[in-house]
Amino acid sequence: MIAAPELLSGWGRTSPTLATVHRPDDLEHIVSQVAAPSPRGVIARGLGRSYGDAAQNAGGDVLSCSNLDAVLAIDVEKGTVTVESGVSLDTLLRVLLPLGWFPMVIPGTSYVTIGGAIASDIHGKFRHGSFADYVDRMRVVTPARGACMLEPEGDAKEFWATTGGMGLTGVITEATLKLQPVQTSRIVCDTERTNDVDDCMARMLERDHEYRYSVAWIDCLASGGHLGRAVLTRGNHATFDDLAFSDRATAREYMPRTLLAAPQWIPNGLLNPLTVRAFNELWFRRAPREPHRVVEGIKPFFFPLDSVRDWNRIYGPRGFVQYQFVVPSGSERVVRTALQRFSAARVPTFLAVLKRFEHDSRSLIGFPISGWTLALDIPAAPELTPLLDGLDELVVEAGGRVYLTKDSRLRPELLAAMYPRLDNWRSTRAALDPGNLLRSDMDRRLDLSGAGRRGA
Amino acid sequence: MRDALGEVQSVLVLGGTSDIALATVRKVVARRGARVVLAARKPETCDSAAAVLRDAGASEVHSVAFDATDFASHEGFVRATFDRFGDFDLVLVAFGVLGDQARAEHDPGAALEIVQTNFSGTVSVTVPVVTRLRAQGHGDLVLLSSVAGERVRRSNFVYGSSKAGIDGYYQGVAASLATSGVRVMIVRAGFVHTKMTDGLKAAPLSVTVDAVADAVVRGLARGREIVWVPPAMRYVMVVLRHLPVAVFRRLRL
Ligand SMILES: NC(=O)c1ccc[n+]([C@@H]2O[C@H](COP(=O)([O-])OP(=O)(O)OC[C@H]3O[C@@H](n4cnc5c(N)ncnc54)[C@H](OP(=O)(O)O)[C@@H]3O)[C@@H](O)[C@H]2O)c1
Repeated sequence: MIAAPELLSGWGRTSPTLATVHRPDDLEHIVSQVAAPSPRGVIARGLGRSYGDAAQNAGGDVLSCSNLDAVLAIDVEKGTVTVESGVSLDTLLRVLLPLGWFPMVIPGTSYVTIGGAIASDIHGKFRHGSFADYVDRMRVVTPARGACMLEPEGDAKEFWATTGGMGLTGVITEATLKLQPVQTSRIVCDTERTNDVDDCMARMLERDHEYRYSVAWIDCLASGGHLGRAVLTRGNHATFDDLAFSDRATAREYMPRTLLAAPQWIPNGLLNPLTVRAFNELWFRRAPREPHRVVEGIKPFFFPLDSVRDWNRIYGPRGFVQYQFVVPSGSERVVRTALQRFSAARVPTFLAVLKRFEHDSRSLIGFPISGWTLALDIPAAPELTPLLDGLDELVVEAGGRVYLTKDSRLRPELLAAMYPRLDNWRSTRAALDPGNLLRSDMDRRLDLSGAGRRGA
Repeated sequence: MRDALGEVQSVLVLGGTSDIALATVRKVVARRGARVVLAARKPETCDSAAAVLRDAGASEVHSVAFDATDFASHEGFVRATFDRFGDFDLVLVAFGVLGDQARAEHDPGAALEIVQTNFSGTVSVTVPVVTRLRAQGHGDLVLLSSVAGERVRRSNFVYGSSKAGIDGYYQGVAASLATSGVRVMIVRAGFVHTKMTDGLKAAPLSVTVDAVADAVVRGLARGREIVWVPPAMRYVMVVLRHLPVAVFRRLRL
């Protein structure tokens, strides 16, 4: 196993810190690393798609799990797959789709590992559950217990502390996931434009139940009567009969497209209100005026940005933050106020993503609660602190929270109010890691684990 | 940890009673609050600064004893401070003396005091600070340097040469920390109205402590390695730097 010092940052490319990166290739390595890490602890890292500092550990050890990339077993009777934690969704889809299987929950990029998906309890355009709800079993290496198997019923506390637990309960090495059968690799997708955010939310409430997947892309720079004008896209898995004859031969092909690369170096300030406004305008006009149905592939529907490799570089060396919050149903006004404030502040943000949840995450510090979630990317700048801190207040008042996997700037004081089961999570976590060996920069910044280490 | 928008959670000030440092840290804590440790020769003289910082939003302010010319104490001081307070996101090196140029020209003790504070003392404490910052893998190290070191002048060459030396030393420190996760920023200020310059005739382009503080905060947000205050000083110094000796001397600066 090679170990080398490396500067790591999250997908937002802010706050890089130095860690010793280990690339374990088997369970034994992980067990020994977790048992005796460097004095500044250890954290697991997948494909580095957390936006902030969740998978970096300044001055300590990082276990990069991308060598754990074996698909171990597919059970066609039960519809489950068992994989090592470093397997990406991209790999998984390449294996599963030709066999007619599909994961239950798919996020907005295929370049996440299964370990990362569980540790973040990720969600997607599916409203009725998050990733952890479809994990049958997983192997986790914790400081207190070494390698152990966790099941959602038998080991409820430890299981739901680990899902969504940001890697701070242990290193996930293997998982068995429930799957859904699909006839094709295509989505029947309906697209419509909405005039403003109220119209958009009303349409989602009215007809979402007809679709398995639903998402609205909002133009944050529109203001006044167009505040929150959006393009709503919703879809269901296509059946074989939905496909045109010419497409039936490739019914279960994943169809990966060649990647375009973003330029290596892009100056700060390329994204400004003018360029972004122009982009948003174009994008909105491109959507059909009248509701429109197409059959499209998995990639354009679920992973529109995956076709541009390293798209995060367009934000320049100062990087960007993604602000994502959820508020319970009935708090639609928080979404509206947020859009108003972004529009008034003229932050150059591309499209914001608005989705609904119709379930609460079972993870102790999981993100989803029934309601509305809004997410947007913004170039990092000090002026954002008061703007986002102000929105956090509204979110907390409404009983909502921000998503830790996206976070890189939350005020630590708000953590407990946003995550009411935090104490429960902390005590479960402490039992699995009594010596506080698992650490990340996010933990140092937010004191998630409550160990009050002041950064040591 | 410094967050994605540049907010810091802990600050160590070496030279805790410096007017420039106080103005700078005030701006830093006003944003989000942070834990501040003021290190000064007489920690009890930090009380009023501590009150100002608490008012401005600091979550905690501590004062600890530190003397820049007590070289032997530096390693122990740095170890104890980092062990007690944990990681520092920002270390501001702000101590310094202007000294009495006229006296320093014939009194070796007076000349040495300036050099030992501004140069040797800074080097001596910087070595263990860099060791700790390197080990924590993150943080900002900021030196209050001076335009006086950019081209040393007749009127304050003892001070100027000490600043020239430490500025050069920090350029090297910055290079040595390039891939360490630790950032280094050198602040080259012109004439600043503080207790150090009290009673002196203000030089052209003089600035207030708030202007320096703003420049430091902005420089950190932008990830700058060198900051000039006021920014125009950079061009003034380019000219001065390249003047032939004969011309430069006739300016009687
Ligand atoms: N003012 C300017 O025009 C100007 C311009 C460019 C650069 N600078 C630099 O900026 C820094 C801060 O200066 P300032 O203007 O804020 O002046 P200041 O208010 O006089 O601060 C300097 C501080 O250094 C401390 N100090 C002196 N000798 C020390 C020692 N042996 N051990 C520990 N602390 C010691 C002093 O503390 P006590 O005396 O309270 O112990 C004093 O508070 C200095 O490095 C200065 O050279 C100043």
